[in-house]
Amino acid sequence: MKFLCVECDAQMEFTERRQPGDGTFAAAFRCPACGRHIAMLANPMESQLVGALGVKVGGRTLDEQPMEQTRISIAGAPGAFIDEAADGRSGPIGRPRWSAASLERLERVPSFVRGMVKKIYGEWAAEHGITEITPDAMDRARVELGLEGM
Amino acid sequence: MSFRTYHDLTGEDRSRLGEQVAAQRERVRERMREVRHVVAVVSGKGGVGKSWVAAALAIGLLDRGSERVGVLDADLKSPTAAGMLRARGPLKVGAAGVHPARGESGVHVMSSDLLLQDGSPLTWRTAGADAFIVRGVFEMGVLREFLGDVAWGALGWLLIDMPPDSDRVEDLMALVPTLAGVVAVTVPSEESRRSVQRAMRGARDAGAPLLGVVENMSGYACGGCGTVGPLFDGNAGDALAAEFDAPLLLRIPFLPGTGPSDAPFLSSRLADAVAGALA
Repeated sequence: MKFLCVECDAQMEFTERRQPGDGTFAAAFRCPACGRHIAMLANPMESQLVGALGVKVGGRTLDEQPMEQTRISIAGAPGAFIDEAADGRSGPIGRPRWSAASLERLERVPSFVRGMVKKIYGEWAAEHGITEITPDAMDRARVELGLEGM
Repeated sequence: MSFRTYHDLTGEDRSRLGEQVAAQRERVRERMREVRHVVAVVSGKGGVGKSWVAAALAIGLLDRGSERVGVLDADLKSPTAAGMLRARGPLKVGAAGVHPARGESGVHVMSSDLLLQDGSPLTWRTAGADAFIVRGVFEMGVLREFLGDVAWGALGWLLIDMPPDSDRVEDLMALVPTLAGVVAVTVPSEESRRSVQRAMRGARDAGAPLLGVVENMSGYACGGCGTVGPLFDGNAGDALAAEFDAPLLLRIPFLPGTGPSDAPFLSSRLADAVAGALA
């Protein structure tokens, strides 16, 4: 998918992706010539059709997790998965720490996907040089990664 | 107004959706490179004992030698393979992927039964009222991840316990073009013959080698004297084998209360027959 600024005849650049939690999806693009921003807004059904393919509009910034689509899409049993290196407050050396508030928030994520979500946040934080994951950092990651409702 | 279209723009397509899909397929191919034989067990009809046959075959193949054996339960909505093979979760997720559960007999198992709460149907968290539109895509996604994201390791055999639909082998072959073949399971009745016939035609049309037919519940073995009497009218096993020029691999009598691990003689004969069909 590409976006063209017709007036400038320039391909627009992807700038941001949002999943506000209501099933919709938004992606913003900017014209490098005139600076104009546009946003592509997809309704829940359109978002779902793309999401069902297990792909990310705007590209992946983190590696796909094992059985990511299954774990996100199935209403599964709590405790069905044990994610290695996803338990405990702090991970191995070099991995970000989790603040108490962020762990509390993580508890609200369905346990079927919690370990995977925690791993995704951890990798995102490590990639951004963040040493402690706070609720604020989770908000930023959620917007950037499109972790709807997580 | 005049403007350029997709291929006129030389800039990067940042989403690379096609590449993302290709990467998913490549993960499956990479994983299946470690599997010597991928075999689908199909029926086209529910209630013929397909999962029992798949589980017994897995145990028989395991007993043949030192090769590891896996069973992938592709019947996402009515999963039974984990129960048949007495495999339990939770499933460990590591860097190599999701580790399959190990049944009591040593067969490695992945099944939606290990993911769902007892008694709960397969439901999609994100689909809502429009679930019917995307259900098929979701199901293919789960099958793809069962193949590609499970750390099967090096297997001699991976048996795919297919759902009872006639078109699923075609879907499977899109993901696993190296499918070694299909074992069809029927009961003797004419109704079953007609249903399994559709599944076998679908498999043949998709280009899958037909390894043979197993006629299950082929008579009732008396618990007292062992005499086998008729249970169903019909000769579906012979008829399907003749129509598709495939061997009748085995007739299995109805054995009340017998689990797949309780019939080593049958498992062994089944494994020999399937391995022989591939030789």
